[in-house]
Amino acid sequence: MIIAERKPIEEILGLLSRHQKVLVLGCGGCVTVCLAGGEKEVGILSSQLAMARSKEERPLEVVQQTVERQCDFEYLEGIRHIVKDVDAILSLACGIGIQTCAEAFPDKIVWPGVNTKFLGVNLNVGEWAERCQACGQCVLDKTGGICPVARCSKSIFNGPCGGSQDGKCEVSPDTDCAWALIHDRLTRLGEVDSLREIMPVKDWSYSRDGGPRKLVREDLELESGK
Amino acid sequence: MKAGSKLERMLESGNFTVTGEIGPPKSCNGEIVRHHAKMLKGYCESYNLTDNQTAIVRLSSIGAGKILLEEDCEPNIQIVCRDRNRIAIQSDVLGAAALGMKNILCLSGDHQKFGNHPTSKNVYDVDSIQLIKILDGMRNGYFANGEQMKDEPPKIFIGCAANPFADPFEFRVTRLEKKADAGADFTQTQCVLDMERFDRWMELVRARGLHKRIKILAGITPMKSVKAAKYMNKYVAGMMVSQEYIDRLDKAEDVKAEGVNIACEQIEHLKKMEGIAGVHIMAIAWEEIVPEICKRTGLDPRPEV
Ligand code: SF4
Ligand code: SF4
Repeated sequence: MIIAERKPIEEILGLLSRHQKVLVLGCGGCVTVCLAGGEKEVGILSSQLAMARSKEERPLEVVQQTVERQCDFEYLEGIRHIVKDVDAILSLACGIGIQTCAEAFPDKIVWPGVNTKFLGVNLNVGEWAERCQACGQCVLDKTGGICPVARCSKSIFNGPCGGSQDGKCEVSPDTDCAWALIHDRLTRLGEVDSLREIMPVKDWSYSRDGGPRKLVREDLELESGK
Repeated sequence: MKAGSKLERMLESGNFTVTGEIGPPKSCNGEIVRHHAKMLKGYCESYNLTDNQTAIVRLSSIGAGKILLEEDCEPNIQIVCRDRNRIAIQSDVLGAAALGMKNILCLSGDHQKFGNHPTSKNVYDVDSIQLIKILDGMRNGYFANGEQMKDEPPKIFIGCAANPFADPFEFRVTRLEKKADAGADFTQTQCVLDMERFDRWMELVRARGLHKRIKILAGITPMKSVKAAKYMNKYVAGMMVSQEYIDRLDKAEDVKAEGVNIACEQIEHLKKMEGIAGVHIMAIAWEEIVPEICKRTGLDPRPEV
């Protein structure tokens, strides 16, 4: 899922400084699961904001709302009437939700309330780790199901580099070396010899390097009769 | 002969080969490079010029290489994958070749987190093994995209690094094999400060016959202080210093002299080791010690090739 973290309250107060009435908009998707921007976080942040502003004697009226999925135009339609009456929206969705919001309400200011971090997994309470960079051409079949693009600090394809020691990456003793993990897993599966083959240079054009990406599925377009 | 560099000729001749290293300065003061070139001239077949080592901005390796050529020293241009994509690297390879540089060493490069621009973006369009393959393709007349060159291909003698002190231990041999498969002609190892582990690694290398496919130069770094040795052992990823060496330095009255003693003993040991083609002496910030080490171990004067 997409992992996000709420922006510091001071930064958010700065963004909202010129407004009198805002909508704090949560999302019921990933940010709910990673506890950054679901209904609960909307509630907490809203009272923090209102309190901070009343202390400054510049009260802020906060409207709270959480939609099922902010990255879906359909769910945003349902709040059009609320959006109409506020100066701005503070979105607690991931970067995709924030942008969908801005696109759905072109005349409304939409502020980001979270920093979207990465595509990852929840390891422990309060601990998340990156797993995928959406490179567009998955190589997990060759790497024992462990992603070298997202999990190797250098995104190398023929690791581990010379900085790998005791299973840890050279960048930090807290970071597992992805290639040590790949090596160990393939050893366990009896397939470590496959690593003797040189993985060829990657075609990054499927990744962000090819420009903003778009996916069109004609089969679905046909089905929907468009 | 692939490039006909002095390094290649020495390695091919079977003589015990010596390479050195010069770290370009954090300024455009080429005189510093020239000074080191003059100091080390005649002691080594070629001199590595580091490429923004530890991710700190420095005078470029190709720029420094040009100064070496002017001083009649042979450069070995290091290229790391951290800062340039395949377009920039190939262009630099052509530039280096046009200036008469014949040895190029391919490296991943230290992560920028440790350098003086930790907020920068890294590239890693290709990794070091893929880079070797690209260079091998180039010297055979092809660009990385498969396009054939219209003119004479660059003549390059391709080097790579090997680190017997990183993990997983046995896979380090496989990784060297991959580099040989990719087209590397020689390798310089991480500095050997744990001879027992290096011996074991070389056993595995020989068992696979790798020493017959790629020339291996063992890394030598004279240690200057106990503190530095302990620090390297504990905090530098991919480095190991044996307790034996640490104890010797600890007990020594003159630590620096003992560091040189150890380096010289290592060279004598390596001279006899099957599969070792020479040594790569890295004495960054202690370049002036290199002539002494070479004289004491009989590596000076260098044979003519
Ligand atoms: S290889 Fe690409 S698509 Fe597959 S997990 Fe890694 S980044 Fe994601
Ligand atoms: S230590 Fe491992 S994870 Fe870190 S950069 Fe090297 S290969 Fe990648």
